[in-house]
Amino acid sequence: LYATADSRCHAKCGPTVHGSKSTALRLLCVPQESKSFAVNMFKGQINTSQVFPFPSVLNEEQSQFLQELVGPVSKFFIEVNDPMKNDALEKVEDSTMEGLKELGAFGLQVPTDLGGLGLTNTQYARLVEIVGMYDLGVGITLGAHQSIGFKGILLFGTRAQKEKYLPKLASGEDVAAFCLTEPASGSDAASIKTTAVLSPCGKYYTLNGGKIWISNGGLAEIFTVFAKTSVKDEKTGEMKDKITAFIVERSFGGVTSGPPEKKMGIKASNTAEVHFDNVRVPVECVLGEVGGGFKVAMNILNNGRFGMAAALAGTMKGVIAKAVDHAVNRTQFGSKIHNYGVIQEKMARMAMLHYVTESMAYMVSGNMDSGASDFQIEAAISKIFASEASWSVTDECIQIMGGMGFMKEAGAERVMRDLRIFRIFEGTNDILRLFVALNGFQNAGNQLKNLQKALKNPLGNAGLLTGEIGKRARRRVGLGSGLSLQGTVHPEVAHSGDLTVKAIEEFGATIEEMLLKHGKKIIDEQFVLKRVADSAIDLYAMVVVLSRASRSLAQGLPSAQHEKLLCETWCIEAYGRIMADMKSLRSSSSKQLFKNLRAISSALVDNGGVVSPHPLGF
Amino acid sequence: MSARVLVGVKRVIDYAVKIRVKPDNTGVVTDGVKHSMNPFCEIAVEEAVKLKEKKLIKEVVAVSCGPQQAQETIRTALAMGADRGIHVEVSGKDYDNLGPLQVSKILAALAKKEETSLIILGKQAIDDDCNQTGQMTAALLDWPQGTFASEVVLEGDKVKVIREIDGGLETVRLKMPAVITADLRLNTPRYATLPNIMKAKKKKIDVVKPGELGVDLTSHLEVLRVDEPPQRQAGMKVETVEELISRLKEAGRM
Repeated sequence: LYATADSRCHAKCGPTVHGSKSTALRLLCVPQESKSFAVNMFKGQINTSQVFPFPSVLNEEQSQFLQELVGPVSKFFIEVNDPMKNDALEKVEDSTMEGLKELGAFGLQVPTDLGGLGLTNTQYARLVEIVGMYDLGVGITLGAHQSIGFKGILLFGTRAQKEKYLPKLASGEDVAAFCLTEPASGSDAASIKTTAVLSPCGKYYTLNGGKIWISNGGLAEIFTVFAKTSVKDEKTGEMKDKITAFIVERSFGGVTSGPPEKKMGIKASNTAEVHFDNVRVPVECVLGEVGGGFKVAMNILNNGRFGMAAALAGTMKGVIAKAVDHAVNRTQFGSKIHNYGVIQEKMARMAMLHYVTESMAYMVSGNMDSGASDFQIEAAISKIFASEASWSVTDECIQIMGGMGFMKEAGAERVMRDLRIFRIFEGTNDILRLFVALNGFQNAGNQLKNLQKALKNPLGNAGLLTGEIGKRARRRVGLGSGLSLQGTVHPEVAHSGDLTVKAIEEFGATIEEMLLKHGKKIIDEQFVLKRVADSAIDLYAMVVVLSRASRSLAQGLPSAQHEKLLCETWCIEAYGRIMADMKSLRSSSSKQLFKNLRAISSALVDNGGVVSPHPLGF
Repeated sequence: MSARVLVGVKRVIDYAVKIRVKPDNTGVVTDGVKHSMNPFCEIAVEEAVKLKEKKLIKEVVAVSCGPQQAQETIRTALAMGADRGIHVEVSGKDYDNLGPLQVSKILAALAKKEETSLIILGKQAIDDDCNQTGQMTAALLDWPQGTFASEVVLEGDKVKVIREIDGGLETVRLKMPAVITADLRLNTPRYATLPNIMKAKKKKIDVVKPGELGVDLTSHLEVLRVDEPPQRQAGMKVETVEELISRLKEAGRM
């Protein structure tokens, strides 16, 4: 009844909807009683354990320590790092790189006994926010190194591997890179062709293949490389090609990297091809299980996603400050332009998008630090939201600044160019939307499956059935499902809480209807999946700001009333979008719309471009 | 060398912050305002740590007087390389009235207690601009002083200090123990690195009360009123030198 393994659509780790099935389903399978809010909302249920209250995961010592770090890091980026120079040189200045290494910025999450700072995810997020505010090019250099480059060793490395590699990686003496993408394998990561063949003596693998667009590819000494290895299937006994993750050192020989790619943005970050030509990789360098590389890749990317949301929250903060400064000082038509409605709307929307992103980043990092293992949907949502919000916010900043915004000197155009890639790498937003939707459908489908089983034995499952029947009956009559957030959200935002509940009910009902309508074929209905994902993102955003604003109100913060405004305004509009989308999905007109879109696209493909002839006839 | 250096570090409003006077004119707004180590104190810490790195002195002790938050400033000094800290706890009214005389009494008492060879302070704090603590401390201890130092060289049991004075540079040689105050060009303070901040967590900060040092904090100064500087008046453009002279005469300036 439910979606198959393809639900694991992860840009780098999952196939497209038409890829292979099986194993990933196990890997992504969520436990029956998931605490994830997102998982439950797809079932039309509310599980608040991970979202209310807003997580406060730092103890006093951790918080104090973190505060001491914020100053020096900010100071470094204000006084030493020169983002314009880095952008012009298309590399991070040597002296800045040295300074970053001395600062300790290369091993933020490496355990202290191995030379790092041992920061928690939340602490890491706070520092990465600073980097995001000042220089995304440096941010990617650091992120490609520690957020994904050697994260595999942190998550899956043996004690011996950790002791061998982490100290030099933490000091920055060695730089790391994450090598998955190939010319023919981007989103469809399971189709990679790099191979690693075990030697007859069983002591080493021979690695052959080429990777493209590798951040830090030209700088790295340590590579986390994903390659196909021949593995014996336990059940059938036949040999299958499965992905294995390896730690590969440039010093093994046979590893070459190409010249730096010329890019639109994050120019300071080194991006290069990396080629492996009969590289001998000792078996001790296998990372995780042989044949388990897919899981390694997926976990690495999932684990690093919150960092992106945090960095981009920082970027937005910086850009908003620029916009406000301009609006407050610029006079046109006799008034400062911040007095005009058009500018006011822009700034208000920028503030809301920042508030949501920041709240998502620290909600996810807080959940991770609390030991949650079930956060992949939320992490994906936060990446999608953050990358699109920051693009939109920076765009509006340039608009508010007018011509000045377009000039290099103002610094905003560089940020815009830097931001474009964030919607593409680490899982394209398109693939991640499919992932969110299909993952959700899969979990909702499980629930329906249980229902189906229960129906076969109604007397033995009376409780479950009456509950479900009651729910559907109430829904049909237009009454609520009995779900409520009263008592969980702060009374001052109770109305927004009610809107959220209504939206969840509508959402859950639509999910169920889509499943019943399409069954397994839902995985092919990308028009539906995209809209479902959009609503899922909006819903999670509503809940996240409700939680944050509730906490601020409860704490009586001076900003609480302003946060209440941000929360309420966001919820009103998000509610409108969700209800409209769900309504259109359930109506018959959406089918026609999708058909039209498909037909237009088909014609373009047939024609190699625009189909309609020129209005002038030539 | 068994020499111990005492460095005073003061927690002040960060230099980049726009200062605002409190509505009741009793002082400036400090609540919720960013504070950091006085820049001249940073230079003092840097000099002390450099001496230690050259193995000319054995221990650098960072001292700060104030409420609980003073420990943040001490920790910054520890992150820069100081070995341990002493927090002299002063809060409330006592802290509001804490001035150079009281601080120098405290430093003098600590210097004797801790068997200090050298006291290095910033030449002045950027909040009160007093430029008195170093001088008073030396006087209370009856130690020689080298103020406005732009270069410090240890020579056995003496210290050569090159001082920035109005006429240029003056070189003095002081017999230790002595007091030195740091001027801008003495050195460029290092950035505290994150690993050093982490290591600093393990360094000790002793908390001491002024009473335990036998120091009386009574102040004989009373701040009557704090005002913002007067708004800058617009200037006037003149066409000729004659006009300039006549305007100046009108304004009573000539």
